[in-house]
Amino acid sequence: MARTGILIETENGAVKDTSLGVMTAAKGQEIIALVTDGDPAGLKDKLAEFGAAKIVKLAASGGDITAGPDLLAGALAAAVKEYDLTALLGTASVAGKDLFARLAALMDLPLVSDCVALDVEGKTAKKSHFSGKTFATLKVDAAVLLATVRPNAIEAEPAPAAGETAEFTADVADPGKVVIKEVKKGDADKIDLTEAPIIITGGRAIKAAENYKMLEACAAKIGAAVGASRAAVDAGYAPHSMQVGQTGKTVSPRLYIACGVSGAVQHFAGMKTSKVIVAINEDKDAPIFAKCDYGIVGDIFDVVPVLTEKL
Amino acid sequence: MKICVCVKHVPDTAATIKIEGDAGFKDSEIKFVVNPYDEYGIEEAVKLVEKNGGEVVIVTVGKPEADATIRSGLAMGAERGILVTTDGQFLDATLTAKALKAAMEKDGLPDLIFTGKGSVDTEAFQTQYRLAGYLGLPVVNEVSKLTVDSGKAVAELEVGGGDKQVIEMNLPCVIGATKGLNEPRYPKFPDIMKAKKKKIDQMSLADLGIDAATGAVILEKLEPVPERSGAKMIEGSVEDQVTELIRVLKEDEKVL
Ligand SMILES: Cc1cc2nc3c(=O)[nH]c(=O)nc-3n(C[C@H](O)[C@H](O)[C@H](O)COP(=O)(O)OP(=O)(O)OC[C@H]3O[C@@H](n4cnc5c(N)ncnc54)[C@H](O)[C@@H]3O)c2cc1C
Repeated sequence: MARTGILIETENGAVKDTSLGVMTAAKGQEIIALVTDGDPAGLKDKLAEFGAAKIVKLAASGGDITAGPDLLAGALAAAVKEYDLTALLGTASVAGKDLFARLAALMDLPLVSDCVALDVEGKTAKKSHFSGKTFATLKVDAAVLLATVRPNAIEAEPAPAAGETAEFTADVADPGKVVIKEVKKGDADKIDLTEAPIIITGGRAIKAAENYKMLEACAAKIGAAVGASRAAVDAGYAPHSMQVGQTGKTVSPRLYIACGVSGAVQHFAGMKTSKVIVAINEDKDAPIFAKCDYGIVGDIFDVVPVLTEKL
Repeated sequence: MKICVCVKHVPDTAATIKIEGDAGFKDSEIKFVVNPYDEYGIEEAVKLVEKNGGEVVIVTVGKPEADATIRSGLAMGAERGILVTTDGQFLDATLTAKALKAAMEKDGLPDLIFTGKGSVDTEAFQTQYRLAGYLGLPVVNEVSKLTVDSGKAVAELEVGGGDKQVIEMNLPCVIGATKGLNEPRYPKFPDIMKAKKKKIDQMSLADLGIDAATGAVILEKLEPVPERSGAKMIEGSVEDQVTELIRVLKEDEKVL
């Protein structure tokens, strides 16, 4: 059995669901869960339930491993050697994509980013090409497979394993090239769009920034994040960080509810791989109805409040 | 100040991709453009040179047709271009980065390098990191705000959940540009005419000592992403529609 490392992401001391999906992508392998922050003992039950044979708290001799991306990349490279990994997988979150690209450059190994399906044994991955219009199947010819998995693209399945805990301190220091001067906190209560299991998006039809409150109220009831179309962002109703689509975020939630979105290809480029897509639009001929799963013809200002109430 | 902007020649995102064979696509009928994110890099570079003096050089690894894409960058105000020619659209990111490095070394290393945050064809998000790695330079990606002053670059980037990081680096460094950094200019007719006369140096991968066959990532298959065949419409009063929608999402789809 080959050994696969999984870089675990946590939030408020708990394993993110997206990381559990990444573990499932490596099912059948001996899984080493690599934890960089938090207490591994507190994460143990969950990680063992989803397949971790070993849970390793990763540290670096050169300082706080979470302080800079190059130090963390250096420590991961050391862990690949220490545990003789034939694959290392992570989440294609903003941080995960950045980190794995640094790691791939550092180790001069191929990297497949943002995969939607993965065959770890066969070192083959499927990912989006051409802004979500095609899937490419890529085979990696290297000793170690590095890949990030699109959040929520692979559903987590329990696969109980031993979950032994260990610690590993890599003998690496930060090269000091990239210095984080400041972190500007966004809205801490907001669920990250790229990783949200459910997303409710308001398009141009939202008409004003304050009307997003209507979507937020609905989102709050089901643990959803709120997104926007480019037309809504360009009109100043929402910040760019909320934009879904080719020039915004790529998302793959299990449920995507588009409110007053016409269904442009560039919008679909960012959300096409969602499991279920629902559209609410007042125009029965809106193009989005031709490419989603369920449709409601209606005014979002009539439908959404009723939805919020009934959820 | 010399600034290199790495620009990729990619199919227009509005183009229909027709797959040919197992892993090819019909590229003769579709429009190719400057990779949209690279435009933010070109604009930022041109603005910096307008302010501080120097030159902007566009560096592209691509098919000979990428000449037209470089001209678009020259029309936005870059001084000249370098085209490293390849046979196909797909080249392993490690080889692209090696080619970019070799071309820049040959031309004289710049003080600053821009790329886009990723390319819209392969969506691989890594060439900028590899280029920085090979050159031993700092790199940050998804930069939406930048100041360059007295040998340092200060970049702002989104790191998820709406949080932003402010990062400081010494020059030279590699910056992956994204939306928000600036508004790329539309070249005017005289700029387009002027761009036709600007110089583009051409060389092949082999001229730089790179063998395209040595890539470690093999594209085995290209297939269309399955399209949904059309929505199941939920009819009735708003109350009925919403009740039925919630039922379907809970019971049939199990996503609520
Ligand atoms: C290079 C490029 C990149 C792009 N990138 C992106 C991207 O990342 N993301 C993105 O979203 N777009 C992107 N676009 C833009 C895209 O082409 C569309 O213009 C955009 O998605 C439209 O947004 P919309 O659906 O909100 O607006 P519209 O197309 O104006 O649609 C609004 C819809 O709302 C409906 N409506 C209006 N009022 C109501 C109401 N009260 N109740 C119910 N329905 C109502 C209308 O019937 C209509 O269908 C890009 C375009 C280009 C060229």
